[in-house]
Amino acid sequence: MKRKHDSAAVNSDMIRKPIQRWAPFFLWPMVAAFLIGFVWPFFHGLFLSFCKFQTTSNWEWVGINNYAKALQDQSFVYSFGFTAIFAVVSLVLINVFAFAVAYALTQKIKGANLFRTVFFMPNLIGGIVLGYIWSMIFDGFLAYYEKSILTDTGWGFWGLIILTCWQQIGYMMIIYIAGLQAVPEDMLEAAKIDGASGWQTLFKVTIPNVMPSITICTFLSLTNGFKLFDQNLALTGGLPYTINPDGTAVHTTEMLALNIYNTFYGQSSTSRGVAQAKAVLFFILVATLAIAQLTATRKKEVQQ
Amino acid sequence: MKKLFAVLMALVMVLSFAACGNESSAEGGSVYWLNFKPESDEVLKELAAKYTEETGVEVKIETAASGTYNETLTAEMDKSEAPTIFVVGNQAAVDTWGDYCLDLSDTAIADELNTDAYMLYDADGKLCSIGYCYECYGIIVNNALLNKAGHDVSEITNFETLKAVVEDITARSEELGFGAFTSNAMDGSSSWRYTGHMINLEYYYEYAENPEAWANGTACAPELTGAYMDNFKALYDLAVTNSIVDRKELANGGFDAQAEFAEEKAAFYVQGSWEAGGLEGKGMDLSKLSMIPYYCGVEGEEKAGLNCGTENYWAINGNASEADIQATIDFMVWLVTDAEASEAAVGTFGVMPYKSAAVSTNPFLAQANAYLGDGCYNMAWITNFQPNVDAYRATAVSAMNDYNADPSDANWEKVVTAFVDGWAVQYAAANG
Repeated sequence: MKRKHDSAAVNSDMIRKPIQRWAPFFLWPMVAAFLIGFVWPFFHGLFLSFCKFQTTSNWEWVGINNYAKALQDQSFVYSFGFTAIFAVVSLVLINVFAFAVAYALTQKIKGANLFRTVFFMPNLIGGIVLGYIWSMIFDGFLAYYEKSILTDTGWGFWGLIILTCWQQIGYMMIIYIAGLQAVPEDMLEAAKIDGASGWQTLFKVTIPNVMPSITICTFLSLTNGFKLFDQNLALTGGLPYTINPDGTAVHTTEMLALNIYNTFYGQSSTSRGVAQAKAVLFFILVATLAIAQLTATRKKEVQQ
Repeated sequence: MKKLFAVLMALVMVLSFAACGNESSAEGGSVYWLNFKPESDEVLKELAAKYTEETGVEVKIETAASGTYNETLTAEMDKSEAPTIFVVGNQAAVDTWGDYCLDLSDTAIADELNTDAYMLYDADGKLCSIGYCYECYGIIVNNALLNKAGHDVSEITNFETLKAVVEDITARSEELGFGAFTSNAMDGSSSWRYTGHMINLEYYYEYAENPEAWANGTACAPELTGAYMDNFKALYDLAVTNSIVDRKELANGGFDAQAEFAEEKAAFYVQGSWEAGGLEGKGMDLSKLSMIPYYCGVEGEEKAGLNCGTENYWAINGNASEADIQATIDFMVWLVTDAEASEAAVGTFGVMPYKSAAVSTNPFLAQANAYLGDGCYNMAWITNFQPNVDAYRATAVSAMNDYNADPSDANWEKVVTAFVDGWAVQYAAANG
């Protein structure tokens, strides 16, 4: 039997024609915004990383010199190491705690919705504000021991970790809750009937099923860890420095993004191209890591 | 109909984009001043409006938020409507922005200057910027409190006598109800009082001993000897150990030294002439205040005067159109010659070193002149040569934080390294 023409079907002329006609109207503003706000600055930035410049319109081509200088810069290498350690530690802590909190709040406990809201709230506050608030908290506490977060690298590092965890756990928790709620009831029931213990159910049934959430959460916390800037600027500003006998200084709590910023503005215009080169290297690094991590965790995802 | 609508919308979109970058200026040229001093913003905007009213020339005043001038200038200079007046206040800024500066020699505004003390040149000898006001700094003293403690500011003529008065006040602070120095916080809002001002005593005496190394005050020395670091230490230690705030709390900051001083909690305040307005606003009677030089135990310092100089230098954007440059110069000349305008400008700037500018009423600057009149030497602002100034000072702050947490000799060595060796490092980085 020949199918009747259904005017409500998505592929019908009645619906397709207006969509086709109006698509550019909805599409082009977005494309234009993307081109103006991302593609153009990105390639302009890439170009400037090969130049010496004061303002973006006043440049002089210097080739790969900037990259050579960036890679020779001890402070850049140091902040890379510091950032890597920070990213790994914060990745583990954020995800373990976020998952634990999400797991607890998907059990039927009283006030779960209230807790979810409260845990999510810190994420709504801007990084600079959080940095200053936490610097007051830490200093209020450390002042009792006559110490300051600005004079001890260890305090600075853990201060940043606590701040980042506090801000991001709530956000990751929401993603985990969504994942946990999507674990099929029948699987859990089957596990129960087969006599699996609580831990076995968690590791053999629940976690494989929330793998997509784990993928996205590890991706987010890893890239967030590497990209951290405002919190770093407001909480420690890179202090304390280690002063070398030759007068150079290592900013012991300075992460990559802040290092790039300080190179760009803290020094004379000769270093702006170097800062730009660092930023390109930084982009390549974060992009590579993120893609590698996505591919690795995707493999562990199961089809339901 | 719908098509017409779509075309209209598209046109609106295109036009609104175009409108962003296409504000053409009036034919006669216009003025855009990217102002450096937030405290003067209001007065300058009033003056700009007045000038527009009188002459019809458009004057735009934008003020960069405190501590972000370099960032704001970088962004603004990229625009098609770039600032025509901007501030190039020290050698590091000349290195960065020299290419953008119009050569000011023989311009109408440079001819109005009454001194050649405030001029910055680039390596080729181009006059990049000229001072539009100058200031002085030292130690502000509340003489009424000193009298209460049985002393007088006239007793203080060198480091020994300063130390005696300060330590006596500290010893009796409970009985007196006030301490010697206000807080000396090392956070961003206050650390420049030490890393940018007090350290000038070290630079200045080095410079006075060997002016050739600084091309007689026109170029930055590639390195320091650190010969007067002990004198800096003497004064710095005196200020922090006799302060109403413990030195261990200074790193975090969060203190309001101006309020402490205005509320008479302390008799000494390491600050500059620009504080006059603020202190008066907090209800202080300026006639009981004096400013004394940085006495630090250098031989012959009885003849020391205050630190007079400026970071406030006007530069004119050489890339601006002829008409804009002319309008800008006309505006500047008006600002320093028109009786009413210059009076308002001097009110916010202190002293303007121009032939026909109004006379200053700032008591600290009057005092600076009195010192000079008595044959004392002015401690010039060698600080302005600090290479890569932000990075250089940040390193010093870190070292001073360590020293304040534990004032050991080893930690002082770090402070010396930060100031002395750090200078050579940043000089090489800035000029390499």
